[in-house]
Amino acid sequence: MNLTTILIQSMATLGGLGLAIGIMLIVASKKFKVDVNPLVEEVTEILPGINCGACGYAGCADFAEHVVEDNAPLTGCPVGGFDVAKEIGGILGQEVSDAEAEYPYVRCNGGIHCIDRFNYEGIEDCKAVMMLSEGEKGCNYGCMGRGTCVRVCPFDAIHIGDDRLPKINKNLCTSCGICIASCPNDILVFAKQSEKVHVVCMSHDKGKTVKAVCENGCIGCKLCEKACPVDAVHVTKFLAEIDQEKCISCGKCVEKCPQGCIEMR
Amino acid sequence: MKLVEKALFAIFLEGAFIKNFLIIQFLGLCSFLGVTKDTKGAAGMSGAVIFVMTMASIISYGIYTFILDPLGLTFLRLISFIVVIASLVQLVEFVVRKNIPSLYRSLGIYLPLITTNCAVLGVVLLNVMNEYSFLESIVFGISAGIGYTIVMVMMSSIRERTSLVPVPAAMKGLPQAFIIAAFLSMAFINYFKVIPI
Repeated sequence: MNLTTILIQSMATLGGLGLAIGIMLIVASKKFKVDVNPLVEEVTEILPGINCGACGYAGCADFAEHVVEDNAPLTGCPVGGFDVAKEIGGILGQEVSDAEAEYPYVRCNGGIHCIDRFNYEGIEDCKAVMMLSEGEKGCNYGCMGRGTCVRVCPFDAIHIGDDRLPKINKNLCTSCGICIASCPNDILVFAKQSEKVHVVCMSHDKGKTVKAVCENGCIGCKLCEKACPVDAVHVTKFLAEIDQEKCISCGKCVEKCPQGCIEMR
Repeated sequence: MKLVEKALFAIFLEGAFIKNFLIIQFLGLCSFLGVTKDTKGAAGMSGAVIFVMTMASIISYGIYTFILDPLGLTFLRLISFIVVIASLVQLVEFVVRKNIPSLYRSLGIYLPLITTNCAVLGVVLLNVMNEYSFLESIVFGISAGIGYTIVMVMMSSIRERTSLVPVPAAMKGLPQAFIIAAFLSMAFINYFKVIPI
């Protein structure tokens, strides 16, 4: 038996095997075809398709499947926002009402105005800093400025500014909430567009303690409480809190605050 | 030319226990550690593997005896067996996806990985090496699948229990699984002594 015969026989054997198996698989794939609901495909096409997982499902296709078959909320895609929800509603024959836009805002004004207790050298991450005696900052409530939120944001909408605080770019932000979930100190909170006045401090420490570590912290002096004409500001546990239902955005508390820790947006 | 004539039952015992593929021969460890997080997934995977092993034994016996051996093309056995196994897995995937979608989702990546599961290729190659007849090949394929199933279900049950136990963080997950596998393996090694073959 010479080499050519072996070669031809090998080719014929493997080729024939491949052909037979290929035909069998084609028949099987036709026989066992899985019917995908056409609505699911339509919804998948409308979705942004970045698979960020902000809806809580494993990617856009999974979300589409759950919306069509498993009663997931139509407004479940925070990235697509109202437009996408409306289109999904159009496909499934449901009305979607417009909800007000919400953006995360930073409830800390410390940054470079807040003292560092030691020089941290290590992994650039808030959670890593937290492991070292509650962080390097003098204040245990505030922002550590190590950019955990910056790195989790899939839309590049957060940057650490010169004052070592995160700045949120509203034009890029899609209100997906991933940064809010990632912040170890819960500094980031959703706030509606219409809510103008915010207390940018979270410290429940006494005034004296706050003054020792931070130039901008709330000291619980109650001047804002007295200034408010509609009784919307209350100091609880040395921290002013604004009742957004009552607030009329007059700005009197902002003027009165000696620490400058109430902001008008 | 066979060295020893073996009874079918002896072949069965050998495939399932004495030369258990997962735990004595260390074949197919990928699925062994990947799918044993819950018993349901492990049982489904085992069913698929039993089917693939048995079918692969039957088809590879036919191909080897009637095509490769007469033509003197035995050097092609590896590639043709791989083709057969891969297509069988594809077939199983079609069927599972159509009839048991929940199992299809829980197996995920591991179902296509049966293709590259060395345990399946090991079965068909051992059939050829041991010069088993048609019936013996089928018995060996089924027994290998059953041995796989026994160990997979044992492992997944143990891992379900141990996942609820507080263990050091460094030992959580795979390290723990490897140690469990080592103990299981020590238990199975005793079959060598008990049943001399």
